[in-house]
Amino acid sequence: MSSISGSVTKTEAHQAAVTPIRSSLWRQALHRLRKNKLAMSGFIFIVFMLLACFAGPLFSPYADNKINPANMNAAPSLKHWLGTDMLGRDVLTRLLQAGRISLTVGIASMCISVILGSILGAVAAYYRGIVDQIIMRVADLLLTIPGLPILFIMGALLSEWKIPSEYRMYIVMLMLSFIGWPGLARLVRSQMLSIREREFMQAAIVLGLNDRRKLFNHMIPNIIPLLIVVATLSIGGAILSESVLSFFGLGVMPPTPTWGNMIDAANNLIDFEKHPWLWIPPGVAIFTTVIAINIFGDGLRDVLDPKQKK
Amino acid sequence: MSEPLLEVNHLKKYFPITSGLFNRTIGHVKAVDDISITLQQGETFGLVGESGSGKSTVGRTIIRLTDKTDGEVKFKGIDLYNVPEKELRKLRPKMQLIFQDPYSSLNPRVRVGDAIGEALINHGLAPKEEVRDRVLDVLDSCGLSSYHIDRFPHEFSGGQRQRIGIARALILDPDLIIADEPVSALDVSIQAQIINLFRKLQTTRGLTYLFISHDLSVVEHLCNRIGVMYLGTMMETASRDELFKNPLHPYTKALLSAVPIPVPRLKRERIVLKGDIPNPANPPAGCKFHTRCPFAADVCREQVPVFRHMGGDHYVACHLV
Ligand SMILES: Nc1ncnc2c1ncn2[C@@H]1O[C@H](COP(=O)(O)OP(=O)(O)OP(=O)(O)O)[C@@H](O)[C@H]1O
Ligand code: SF4
Ligand SMILES: [Mg+2]
Repeated sequence: MSSISGSVTKTEAHQAAVTPIRSSLWRQALHRLRKNKLAMSGFIFIVFMLLACFAGPLFSPYADNKINPANMNAAPSLKHWLGTDMLGRDVLTRLLQAGRISLTVGIASMCISVILGSILGAVAAYYRGIVDQIIMRVADLLLTIPGLPILFIMGALLSEWKIPSEYRMYIVMLMLSFIGWPGLARLVRSQMLSIREREFMQAAIVLGLNDRRKLFNHMIPNIIPLLIVVATLSIGGAILSESVLSFFGLGVMPPTPTWGNMIDAANNLIDFEKHPWLWIPPGVAIFTTVIAINIFGDGLRDVLDPKQKK
Repeated sequence: MSEPLLEVNHLKKYFPITSGLFNRTIGHVKAVDDISITLQQGETFGLVGESGSGKSTVGRTIIRLTDKTDGEVKFKGIDLYNVPEKELRKLRPKMQLIFQDPYSSLNPRVRVGDAIGEALINHGLAPKEEVRDRVLDVLDSCGLSSYHIDRFPHEFSGGQRQRIGIARALILDPDLIIADEPVSALDVSIQAQIINLFRKLQTTRGLTYLFISHDLSVVEHLCNRIGVMYLGTMMETASRDELFKNPLHPYTKALLSAVPIPVPRLKRERIVLKGDIPNPANPPAGCKFHTRCPFAADVCREQVPVFRHMGGDHYVACHLV
């Protein structure tokens, strides 16, 4: 009892001194992310894919997609690195242009799902009662029905109504968000409810903080890391769903290219056996992009936990 | 005598026990069962009792962190259960709670400086450009360094975090501080430092404490009055010196005889409590302590003992004194 003093002990002071002077949680997370080789390779691949798809076609001499009947279904060569398709268009150029659409649809539908899901989840958690009941019943209903059949039905309706090809891309985004928001709403709601029970929220009450401050300074910052992870992972899912839908001719339609409808275009025995450059590149693009996104998302999950110390 | 800072009259808090599909209420946990406490400005009151005796619930009900079942709480003469939400929020800075767990009571994503200063800003109690200086001041009073201001809670030890929790309360210049076992989650070596900080702040700022602990030896160093709780009921209150010299209630005697520090002032018989604390959902009739009291008589099993004035500020609820 003789060591009693009002000041900090040596061990305490030491412990504080070893950590860097000013550190932000985000910077610490970034630092940890950089050390995660797998996640970084996923990230680099995604950046590469984005650059290739959005900038690549600018450097291609075939970007106008002119039909060339003299050069149909040509095998890969120095002029056409991935060959040409049945209309004589350059496959590589089309692959990158398709990537623009596929990635845009994936990212945009994720954004819409996240916004919709967060707002609805937060509203449900905040108001509880009947509002909560209605939102969550709808979400549960959508979650119990598997997503693809709903998408198929909606896609078939779009074809029935003869929606022009240039609009279908936007409608597919909305369709994907429609099946994407319930999972996010549920996640946001349960997170909000559990954060509200945490003791630091009780401390916020004792301090007399107002609702706005509680929500924006205490609750939301604790949800955002998880939301980032889930959002990232959901891009992969959306890209995959769009591909499946387009493959079955129910998503984005030609002439707007996507990876899914490129495979669909080669969906016959002759192309499958004789012209593999038509379907292998889009297949590989879908596969590698989705894997890269998932690897990166998993890495983010490991890194964004503030309690985790190296 | 001037108006007391805090007046708690016949406070009750029952938690419903629900079961089944429709959450039918099948009983009540009487966590707080008729507690009255009066605190004068500058007093330090220690509330002791075993785990589950309802100490935390008393503290939380006083500041309306949970709603009461019955009774009255007056803070500076204001009936806290009779003011609208908005008024209550304005009163809150003046009555602060220090939490038991310094880990969970700090938001992991808020910088220490912001955590301490935000209530000042939110209540408009200081101009924005002054807040940082005020935070630095209070960090210093709590034994923390100025470079801690931009750190996050996970970068601190348990003792330091508790200092942060104290600083967060202190910056609001509160009249009443309720400390709910603020040292029991800490290493023994750190405990004494935090207790000393509490004592220093009490003398320099004239704070009023309701200090909750399960350990008499902790409140002995800090409190000038002590109340002993058992199963939601106050068994004995007295000034510290009186309670340690002349404990009247068998339960108090038992707690005192378990205090590990040798007390040279007085030789007392060692009372070892048998059995466990009974289920608070189904407390014993009569004197709640009778199942474990070595002196229990028939009257104890039938009649609830009255909380009687024994002279001075000594009160006790026992048939045999
Ligand atoms: N929110 C709650 N809902 C139901 N019962 C509760 C709740 N909070 C406390 N209780 C019950 O009330 C009783 C008193 O609890 P309380 O936490 O006040 O005791 P305590 O003296 O602070 O104990 P400890 O030393 O363990 O902190 C316990 O039986 C507990 O189970
Ligand atoms: S009233 Fe009886 S049972 Fe209760 S403490 Fe006194 S002697 Fe023991
Ligand atoms: Mg407690």
